[in-house]
Amino acid sequence: MSVTTVVLAGVGGQGTILAGDVLAKVAAAAGLDVKLSEVHGMAQRGGSVDTVVRFGEEVFSPVTDAGGADHLVAFELIEAARRLPLLKPGGRLFVNPRTIEPLPVLIGELPPPEGLEAVLAGEGAVFIDADVLACQAGSPKSANIVLLGAVSTGLGFAEELWREVIAARVPSSTLQANLRAFALGREACMRGECA
Amino acid sequence: MARSLLSGNEAVARGAWEAGALVGVGYPGTPSTEVLEAFACMPGVYAEWAPNEKVALEVAAGSSLGGVRTLVTMKHVGLNVAADPLLTLSHTGVGAGLVLLVADDPGMHSSQNEQDSRNYAAFAKVPLLEPSDSAEALAHVRLAFDLSERFDLPVILRSTTRVAHSKGLVGTEDREERERVPYEKRPEKWVMMPGNARVRRLELDERIGRVREWAEGSGVHTEVPGGGPVGVVTSGVCYHHVREALPGAPVLKLSLTWPLPLAVVRDFAERVRRVAVVEEADDFLARGLRAAGIDVADVPLPAAGELTPRKVAAAFGATVVPARAALDDLPPRPPLMCPGCPHRGVFHALRRMRAVVTGDIGCYTLGALPPLAAMDTCVCMGASIGMAHGLSLAGEASRPVVAVIGDSTFAHSGVTGLMDLSYNRGNATVVVLDNRVTAMTGQQDNPLTGRTLMGESTVEVDVPALARALGIADVTRVDPFDLPATESALRAAVESPGPSVIVVKGECALLAREHAEPFGVDEELCTACAVCIRLGCPAISKESSGKAAIDAELCVGCAQCVQVCKYEAIVATGPACDVGELR
Repeated sequence: MSVTTVVLAGVGGQGTILAGDVLAKVAAAAGLDVKLSEVHGMAQRGGSVDTVVRFGEEVFSPVTDAGGADHLVAFELIEAARRLPLLKPGGRLFVNPRTIEPLPVLIGELPPPEGLEAVLAGEGAVFIDADVLACQAGSPKSANIVLLGAVSTGLGFAEELWREVIAARVPSSTLQANLRAFALGREACMRGECA
Repeated sequence: MARSLLSGNEAVARGAWEAGALVGVGYPGTPSTEVLEAFACMPGVYAEWAPNEKVALEVAAGSSLGGVRTLVTMKHVGLNVAADPLLTLSHTGVGAGLVLLVADDPGMHSSQNEQDSRNYAAFAKVPLLEPSDSAEALAHVRLAFDLSERFDLPVILRSTTRVAHSKGLVGTEDREERERVPYEKRPEKWVMMPGNARVRRLELDERIGRVREWAEGSGVHTEVPGGGPVGVVTSGVCYHHVREALPGAPVLKLSLTWPLPLAVVRDFAERVRRVAVVEEADDFLARGLRAAGIDVADVPLPAAGELTPRKVAAAFGATVVPARAALDDLPPRPPLMCPGCPHRGVFHALRRMRAVVTGDIGCYTLGALPPLAAMDTCVCMGASIGMAHGLSLAGEASRPVVAVIGDSTFAHSGVTGLMDLSYNRGNATVVVLDNRVTAMTGQQDNPLTGRTLMGESTVEVDVPALARALGIADVTRVDPFDLPATESALRAAVESPGPSVIVVKGECALLAREHAEPFGVDEELCTACAVCIRLGCPAISKESSGKAAIDAELCVGCAQCVQVCKYEAIVATGPACDVGELR
């Protein structure tokens, strides 16, 4: 089995690190070798961030490159566009169709980017409205788990394994909301919205 | 043996614990911080944040002298601060094992430079180990403790961002309980006055010679057989980039890179057609091999930044997968001060005063970015105060000179700068931005916060009293959320002759548990003057009409914008997002 690379991209504070950790633990629990790479510090202050999870029989590098991601999960539209070069030709692209405007846009220095949804759709993006589904699940903060639910449909791990790892990883007070968020993300794909 | 998914930093902590280390001490700094945080959670150990890396290494030297295995942690730039004791500790050697974890940051994800700490191993004459992933981080820290005691030397464990902050599967074992080695008075070993130091200097060469001999025959290095035109010598995370980029190539991964095991490399070189080196930051290995007469091929690897498998493949002429081009015109997303950050109002006032602001390392460094753009310099921990003093010495009189420095940085190396300013009767204003936490590295405690790393209450350094004790008469305190008071305090301080200190105390927005209700913009009253926009608050945006809008989900109700709006257009609105509506 070759190595599978998943990139979770977003804005510092959106929960990419926790989502990456859950995915890495699921792969480890399934008996695979896993590596995960993330950036801390400065980048977490609302900056552009990504978490890379790689799993397979034997994983070498913890990072990936242009054309290296089998699955790109973007928590925000601009970051989806920014990380698009990472996606392998034919890779799966999940996008939460919301925009968090960077400071240069907020203060009117740069125009808001336009037409990103169309560009991403042209690249085969599946749009998962994770913020709305997270609120439906009972916690607006569980959007990261909604997106994990969506990408989980193509990773081949048993649903029960995901639920066990989520249960071990999130605070018990938010467990039910997170499990519902995971299920809603999965269902959004199962309904045929995912390629 | 249990298997856990650990970051390199967690694995170092675990390895130190398994090696029986009892004391951990360090100063927080990305990417090293989590090592000590994880170590502090291990049963039966003691861990503390020191005010800076020099003190941390000195504390570690003492506890090693006192007979317990000790881990000391810092980031690469911190090693500059700790260099003074380090360069002599190689002469004294250690008591019980002393391991110094130093985390480099190639690519400068969160640093002001990307220096290569391996140079310090050669400089200080101490052995250096380079783990390539989490599993090796654990194994190498255990080995480092053994080597430290075996050769009577401190040992550096050098990681990089991609080792420190990558997670991988790690086999863990039980702790090796160790007896404390009782301290014995040995001035010839521990008192480094010239007569003793000259003797220890010669002994140091002898100890290093034995390390070299051990490194040549230890089998600690990894060789992967293969074919092809080049054999690659590498170390650290670069090993994994090489394995991925050049499958099938012969690879020699060095675990101990100083002293360089030259016989091991020569033996490898004889069995491959050509030797190439893959390393990040400096050409440390390549220089060492070339100096020893080993022919190293020139490979066009970039000298700056991090390596990746793709960069390695491209440099060796291997196939790289085609990839989509980057999209043009995407707005950059720089990091920013959080909504409700207490530093925002201070920078707003400083910009209005047209002050020259010498800055320092921490979240407030972001005050240099537009739209605040109210910080002029950022060099190293503590530099703000000395630079402000120097700037006023140079005769800068047209604009006020103000240093800004955070609470942790003030404790780290601001105190001595302030003493200099006071002693030499300088004329700068020093603003201590006390947000009650070491925020940038992830909310660690420091001598100003009243809490220790072990979670206990402790004394809080009283900065105004300290400043007065240093001889500064003009000391004031101000609440940064009160903008008019902040500005008038700053104006008064810069106008008064002689040095002055303003302690700006306001809790970090990430620490504040309870927030006030968010504000909104009354469009009728907003004149699109954009004053609030220039605060650079991520909750405030400029609409296409030019008027301001406030994102109620992001706004924490700090009311700094309310105070800058002359038209009273920023008003209370009520609770933020209504989850019920979305259901």
